[in-house]
Parts: sequence; C-alpha cells; structure tokens
Amino acid sequence: MSDRILEKLSILADAAKYDVSCSSSGSNRKNDNKGLGNTGNGICHAYTEDGRCVSLLKILLTNVCIFDCAYCVSRKSNDIKRAGFTVQEVVDLTINFYRRNYIEGLFLSSGIFKDADYTMERLVLVAKKLRTEHKFNGYIHLKTIPGASEEIINEAALWADRLSINVEMPTEKSLALLAPDKKRSDMLRPMEYLKTAIIANREEKKLFKKAPMFAPAGQSTQMVIGATPETDLEILYLANGFYKKMNMRRVYYSGYVPISNDNRLPAIGTPVPMIRENRLYQADWLLRFYDFKVQEIVDAENPLLDTDIDPKLSWALRNLHLFPVDVNTADYKLLMRVPGIGVQSAKKIYAARKFRRLNSEHLKKIGISFRTAKYFLSINTEFERKDLLPGQIKQLILTEGNSKYKANFSPQIKLF
Amino acid sequence: MDIVTYDGSMEGLLSAVFEVYEYKIPDPVICVRSAANGSLFGQFHEVHSNTEKTNRVYKKLSERLSKTSMLQVYSTFLSGLPGMENILLRYIQYVLASKQSVEYDYSHPDVLFVQQTSKKVHREKHRMEAFIRFQVTQDQLYYAIIQPDFNVLPLINNHFRKRYADQRWLIYDSHRKYGLYYDLETVTEIEMNFDIDVKHTKSVATLNDTNEELYQKLWQQYFSSVNIAARKNMKLHIQHMPKRYWRFLTEKQVQFNEEF
Repeated sequence: MSDRILEKLSILADAAKYDVSCSSSGSNRKNDNKGLGNTGNGICHAYTEDGRCVSLLKILLTNVCIFDCAYCVSRKSNDIKRAGFTVQEVVDLTINFYRRNYIEGLFLSSGIFKDADYTMERLVLVAKKLRTEHKFNGYIHLKTIPGASEEIINEAALWADRLSINVEMPTEKSLALLAPDKKRSDMLRPMEYLKTAIIANREEKKLFKKAPMFAPAGQSTQMVIGATPETDLEILYLANGFYKKMNMRRVYYSGYVPISNDNRLPAIGTPVPMIRENRLYQADWLLRFYDFKVQEIVDAENPLLDTDIDPKLSWALRNLHLFPVDVNTADYKLLMRVPGIGVQSAKKIYAARKFRRLNSEHLKKIGISFRTAKYFLSINTEFERKDLLPGQIKQLILTEGNSKYKANFSPQIKLF
Repeated sequence: MDIVTYDGSMEGLLSAVFEVYEYKIPDPVICVRSAANGSLFGQFHEVHSNTEKTNRVYKKLSERLSKTSMLQVYSTFLSGLPGMENILLRYIQYVLASKQSVEYDYSHPDVLFVQQTSKKVHREKHRMEAFIRFQVTQDQLYYAIIQPDFNVLPLINNHFRKRYADQRWLIYDSHRKYGLYYDLETVTEIEMNFDIDVKHTKSVATLNDTNEELYQKLWQQYFSSVNIAARKNMKLHIQHMPKRYWRFLTEKQVQFNEEF
C-alpha cells in the first residue's frame, strides 16, 4: 500500500508543479477551536533545487483529463501514467504533513475528469472534510474548475482560503490556439462571480463579526509566458486589469517549460525564459507595492521589459529629468522610486532623517544599494551623476555590479 | 573601567542597567558572570537579578519605546552577540536621555545595531518556524531537535503553541541544552542533557511511531517530485536553505546520507 501511495504522490505532485502559486499568506484563520493549525503571513518550509518555495502540499486529485491543452503535461493526448487520489488519501497526507511542520496547508487542483462540476465537487469535499472532521485551520487553496457552477464555487469559498482560476494565456487568440477546449469566458465568469461575492462578504463581515469566512485570501490567477508571442506590454496590461477590475490578490507568471514536441510550441530543450519571468515579477511588484502605473513600466515604444536591468531602473533612466532626488527632503513615494532603494529602506530613510541630515555613510549602513542609487540621489550637495547620459549610467551600473544572471541563464527565447 | 557581571538572563541585564544608574558607574563593561575572567585592572561589580529593579527599568523603557522596539531590545539580547550588553546599555541610556522618541534614529550607530541585530534574530526565528521537522513517537509526542544560530526558543513558543494546539510536542535546542514542551495545556521550559549525536538521529528513530518512516518517505518523494529540473538553480536553493540546516531537514536526509 505504501508503494502505491508513493507512486501516486510522485505522479500527482509532478503534474501539479507547473502551477507556480505557492503563497500561503493573506488569510487570517485562527486556531480558536483547539484544532490543528492557523494561517498568517505564510511560511516557506522548504525550497526545491530550482530555488522555488515549498509552502503547500501542491497536488492534483487526478491527472486524468478530458481536455487537450497543448502546454499541459496532463493533456488527454499525452501518453503518461495516470493516477488519482481518493478524498481520504489527500486528507491524510495533508494532516500528516502539516502535523510534522512540513507545510502550511494544501493546494489542490485536478484534471477535469467527467465534467467541471463533478471534478469541483471532489475538491470541495476534501476541503470540507479537513475543516469539519479534522478541525483543520491551515491554508487551503482550491483550483476553480472553468465552467463549474456558482453553487459549487460558492461552497468552495466557504471552506477554502483562496480560489484561483488560471487564465492560462495572455490573449484569447493564444488560448484558442493551444487550449481549444477552453473558453476565456468560462474563466472570467467565475472570477467575476467570486469578486462580487467576496466584496459582499467583506461588507457583511463589517456588520456581523460572525459572518462566515468566504475565501479570506481572495483569488489569484496565472498565465504561461513565453509559449506564445505576446509582448510584456500585453501581459502587464492584462495583469493590471486583473488587479484593478477583478481585485486579484496575485497574478502569477509561469515561464513555459517545454514539455512537448507540438509544433505550436517552443521545442523541448528550449530554455525556460527565467529572466523574462523575473522581470515580469519585478514589474508586478512595482504595480502592487511601489505605486507605479502600468503605462510607466511598458508603453507602445517600450513593449518589452529590459532583460539586463530591472524595470525600476529602466523607468528611472527614461525619466532622468525627475532626478536627482534630495535624500533629505524628497517625498516618501519618490524615495521609493529611486533605483537601489526599496520600500523598507525608503521607510527607514524617511524616519531617520528627522534626527539629522543623512550622508552617504548613513545610507550605506542603513542598507540601500548605494552603488545604484548614487546616480539618482543628491546628498548634501554631493551628486555623482553629473552630466552622464542614460546609456552611460546603465553601463556604469552594469560593469560595477555583479549580475545575478550569468551564463547559465538564457535570455528570453526567440519565437518564430 | 568597571566590570559589571550579571547572571546571563534578561532580568539580570536590566538589573545591571539599573545599578549602573544607581551606583553611577562611570565606565561600565557588562558581561555574564561565568564569562568574566579576572581582569587585572578595574573593579568588579556583581549584580544579582532583582525583580523590582528589573521592573523599574522595564516600565521606564516601555513608556518610551513602542512594542516593536521593546521586542527589538529583547531580540538583541537573545542574539547573545559579544558586546551586545554594552550596546544595549548605551541604547537604553540614549532612549532615556532623549526627550522625544529616538527609536527610528537609524543613523545613530546603537539604534541601527539594535534594529539590524533584531532583524537577524527575527530571521532565525522565522527559519525555525519553517525548518523544524517533527517526528512522532509511539506515544504520539511530536519532537524536533534544533541548533539555531541564536537563542530563539523564547520567540517561537507562541507560534508553535497556537498552531499545534491539539498535539503534544517538544522542541529541543541541543546547543543550548534546553527545550520547550507542550502538554496540550501549557508550554514549559525543560532543561535536559539529551546527549544526541545528530549525525546518528536514526538511533532515536527506534522510538518512532510505525507510520513515521512512511510519512518521511512520502515527504522526500514530494520534495523531489515538485522540483523542475529544467529550472535547476542550486545557488538560490542554498541561499534559501543554508547547508547548516540540512542535517535536521527530513527532505535533505536522502542526499545527506549519500554524502557522508
């Protein structure tokens, strides 16, 4: 029996790993029933050899699937081993992993094995069992199956912390090309429904503390990048729309890992576009934490993010007329925009300069990346940029620094 | 220079701070009694922990500092870094001597030290919350052995008590020779000399529950299955999971045994 479950776990974890979300934060479920577990800021309990966080037990209930999406390992036409867990097996694995402090909770997804509702019902059953029979207060992320009915989605939100539907492709055209069985409207409709229901629940919670929790960690989505020819402009505008219009908590970008010889897709052996993925996440951070507007990051003239420098530095070099910024007087929001100064450093500088004028030694000790920031700051009349042009500053920063990305990482892949 | 010795506890340190004021010791060097080997020069001043003195310093400080900064002071103490006593003394003197709050004065070296040291300690606390791996004994005790860089047991107590409210657990710091034990009601600090050769944790494994090995195997299997080989990045892996923690990580035991 133990060999069989080991084999199932290896198949169903392997098939789930291309879903990149591993977040276990954003919920605030307390352990006030003397049960098991709680949620908080999220903890990464391990990191795989590819450097990614392992926070949740991320598995498929089954990798049997009636759909044939070209980018997916579990597609119907792929000749691979198929397996499926029983509801009880997933429950036991979750509880036993959780009790040993291996994980923060469960991320359960599934291939679609009959129809959307039938599949989704099984996922909900796992969550319900965990919450009711085991008094489990850890994190549960359920995948919403495209096309599932509102009743079932509603029930899922009562047990889970987070729900997600993957938009999969940045454009409808790419989706039609690679996932002929899926329609974008099947993904957007449940998102819309959840968005409205979550807002209603939050309002209700303000009035009645006892109102049930309803997807307290909100919704997220994911798109595959690098499998199709969309620009970063298209990707980031879509992401921005999800944040602004769908109240998405997170949009994930999954660099396409070639898994098939389908001629609609990059061939096996094509490097994963890891730098591009990383730049997209940096841009995403600028949208969410640095108060950037999407059109400041990409526009018609610059539809692709630079790969050799980060998007904040790119923006600064395009907008040199806004610099230098006086470290001792500049507005907090402007401080945050200085390349080499992050949210935390900006806060510290803002607080510390009330005591005395800060000089460059102070800044170095506080822990900003002075090497980069010095071209954009004036510090008590010192100002290092002088008359340098954007290209020269970029070169100086690149040659002085030691980029994280060396030869072992490929640049963005070229298509067509 | 006066050597001021204390018993190594936070209470003792605050009592020592009190006595520095009380006896107007001009140039004190505070250190733990056991570590103070006779200095040829200077005076010795022995401080005994005194609840009243401790409380007075504590109360005064909490009037001047936010909860966050109070925790930073405690975390800096728990770092056990050499010389932290005197930095904390100077920090406290600076706080008490200033009319306005100085806790965010990050261009002051002592304030910055306390902020940065507490951040290091906090990082280690967080690592323990992440990297502790319980094993289950036949009588359903969940136990884990740790060797954190800093003395973080007092800081992780709350987290584990709240999270694992329905299971008995024991976390043992084998460097500092003490642990926390939760009996389903309260957490108690227990001192024991549990002489464990961490390279041979297998010897303890004979006490384990019959299912324990299965779940360890399942976890190892899971850990290797979620890896995407095409994205291999060992530098990042090691940056997030430094090698010194590997010996206590169930998922790393497979490789560990092969290496040694």
